[in-house]
Amino acid sequence: MKTLKFAALVAAGLMAAAPALADLVVPNLSYRTGPYGANGTQYADGFNDYFTLLNERDGGIGGEKIQVPECETAYNTEKGVECYESTKSSGALVYNPLSTGITYQLIPKVSVDKIPLYTPGYGRTSAKNGKVFEWVFNAPANYWDGASIAIKYLLDQNGGDLNGKKIALVYHNSAYGKEPIRTLQELAKKHGFSLTEIPVEAPGQEQKSQWLQIRRDKPDFVLMWGWGVMNQVAIQEAANIRFPMENFIGIWWAGSEIDVTPAGAGANGYKSVTFNGVGMDYPIYDDLKTHVIDPGKASQGGPHVGSAVYSRGMYAAVVIAEAIRKAQELAGTSAITPTQLRDGFEQLDITPDRLAELGLPDFGPEIKMTCDNHGGSGMARMQQWDAEAKKWNLITEFTEPDQEVLAPLILEDSEAYAKEAGITPRDC
Amino acid sequence: MDQLIFASEVLVNGLMTGVMYSLVALGFVLIYKASGVFNYAQGVMALFAALTLVGIQQGQVPFRHLINAIFGTHLESFGWTLPSVLAILLTAVVMIALAWLIEKLVLQHLVGQEPIILFMATIGLAYFLEGFGDVMWGADIKTLDVGLPQGISDAVEATTANWFGYGFFIDRLDIWATIIAAVLVAALVAFSQYTKQGRAMRAVADDHQAALSVGISLQFIWIMVWSIAGFVALVAGIMWGTKSGVQFSLSLIALKALPVLMLGGFTSIPGAIVGGLIVGVGEKLFEFWIGPMVGGATENWFAYVLALLFLVFRPQGLFGEKIIERV
Repeated sequence: MKTLKFAALVAAGLMAAAPALADLVVPNLSYRTGPYGANGTQYADGFNDYFTLLNERDGGIGGEKIQVPECETAYNTEKGVECYESTKSSGALVYNPLSTGITYQLIPKVSVDKIPLYTPGYGRTSAKNGKVFEWVFNAPANYWDGASIAIKYLLDQNGGDLNGKKIALVYHNSAYGKEPIRTLQELAKKHGFSLTEIPVEAPGQEQKSQWLQIRRDKPDFVLMWGWGVMNQVAIQEAANIRFPMENFIGIWWAGSEIDVTPAGAGANGYKSVTFNGVGMDYPIYDDLKTHVIDPGKASQGGPHVGSAVYSRGMYAAVVIAEAIRKAQELAGTSAITPTQLRDGFEQLDITPDRLAELGLPDFGPEIKMTCDNHGGSGMARMQQWDAEAKKWNLITEFTEPDQEVLAPLILEDSEAYAKEAGITPRDC
Repeated sequence: MDQLIFASEVLVNGLMTGVMYSLVALGFVLIYKASGVFNYAQGVMALFAALTLVGIQQGQVPFRHLINAIFGTHLESFGWTLPSVLAILLTAVVMIALAWLIEKLVLQHLVGQEPIILFMATIGLAYFLEGFGDVMWGADIKTLDVGLPQGISDAVEATTANWFGYGFFIDRLDIWATIIAAVLVAALVAFSQYTKQGRAMRAVADDHQAALSVGISLQFIWIMVWSIAGFVALVAGIMWGTKSGVQFSLSLIALKALPVLMLGGFTSIPGAIVGGLIVGVGEKLFEFWIGPMVGGATENWFAYVLALLFLVFRPQGLFGEKIIERV
């Protein structure tokens, strides 16, 4: 009898935990603990809050409520895969694990399970080629776009000529940090600058050797592909050796408030690439305040609303929500399947007008994806840290990357993957 | 010639970095020496101490997220900013209270157990403290400023530029770390050599049973040793936290202390210092000369290789006690 009661209790618990059948399930593979927890928390909060806003204000998408079950990965690849396996049977429509390492492990799995994987601004760059990576999407920009835009910015700042200049790349010694190397090498050949690659072992608490090398080599510019504590230490060390901050550019994952705040005034003038707007000067925050923050429904109580990483998490949710909306329109049903969501992604077009309608005017570049282009335009812009005002200022408009260099690289890398994985590219 | 000058700069910076490693290793040595316990939680204690210091200094309400979530309040801060010295003293009191709790709730129940059981208990303690620190003070990255200067030392740069034609980089924070470490070690040595409690600590370290038989309280000694290790963790947390902000990664600095302990020995305070210096210099010079040939980022693994090389010749570490068991 006791066993029966226990079984009934477990079954009731499971039923309560499982989403209703018609709900749209968007698992949040987040990390709020571990060495990267401070960043992961902000992203997860932004991601959750946007879906809460849609549920509270609009009743979901197309009348369907959105469930966002969270699973803690601690930025650990094995745990990320466990989270994927444990949530995919709940009717998961799409994954966004915020980790290049986890993404690499999930790419073959989502291809078998036929579930879209959305990796905005991270993951495998060549997944932009939708002919090979049918289930992976990485718009609005990828790491190679980021590298190209940083170099384009430096070209603009130097009268279009980087010939003979020295550029150092300080990178997280991981799959993520190594992503831009190939592109930067090609760009170095094209523009005549020299590239020095300087790896930093994770987590990056100690970087004395790397910054002594930079002090000796005296590069004209330093680019950084960092994450977590590596960013804070690098910016502090750069300030310590008096490296000119305006010549130090990070990728978007090295461009949040928490990266620069510990260095105080020393971080003033530091720049980063970004593909999303910063600050709270967008109408969407009025709606968030009314429907999410004030009623006490914000993730963690809303301490990070408006920060750079929070905004990026929210932006990822915006793109997913728009893809769901498109998929519902194409399928003629609100209860869509992952395959229908893939179709939604492939016909997604978030125009500037649509962004403005969503309360995010000029927040990101236009996102237009197709069957063969899963990466959008790759446009991004530059932001600069004002230490006194403690805020990021956008200093350029959205810029296109150098597709002349990037397109052949993406084709080469994706075709090599297709060959290795035995994939026949789709006809698009 | 340039290479030699650059190598000298790397060497000096390696020594300074080594001191920072030694600060972490010291806490391990103190506890291991007095109780035979390898305290896996030492790194997390440094994180907890730094979190508490920032919290007290900036007047943050402890457990505010929890309180706000349960009672619907919006507590944030008491509204004060305390002077650094007072905040450090109050944090030291918290670390003593923590040591007392650890002795009462964990160690006291494990007296007479195998060392591996005590080691496992410290693993549990590490995970508990990590979560407890998060709940108490929040998981955000916090800026720690106790007035320690940072950045290049102009005096060193100008002097070396005069001597070698190339100004050396030395971080003023590292200079302070060296001075503080020297004072800390001198104080620890003086304490253990010239005070009654210090001698009792050494007696317990030599032989628990014999110490008990002459009336030394094991309970008191353990609280005292964990309190001192807590204070050392606070100093390490201040130094590393000033550099990177106070965040979870601070707990990982323990990984930097392990090769230092393997090399210097688990039972020697001078061993922790010398071990730290050797590891600091060794890894920096290896990275300088060999790193570029093998793709760089050699420091993490090379520190362990260096420690293992020393172990081949001195399994007890450079200053460790040689264990001779007769059967």
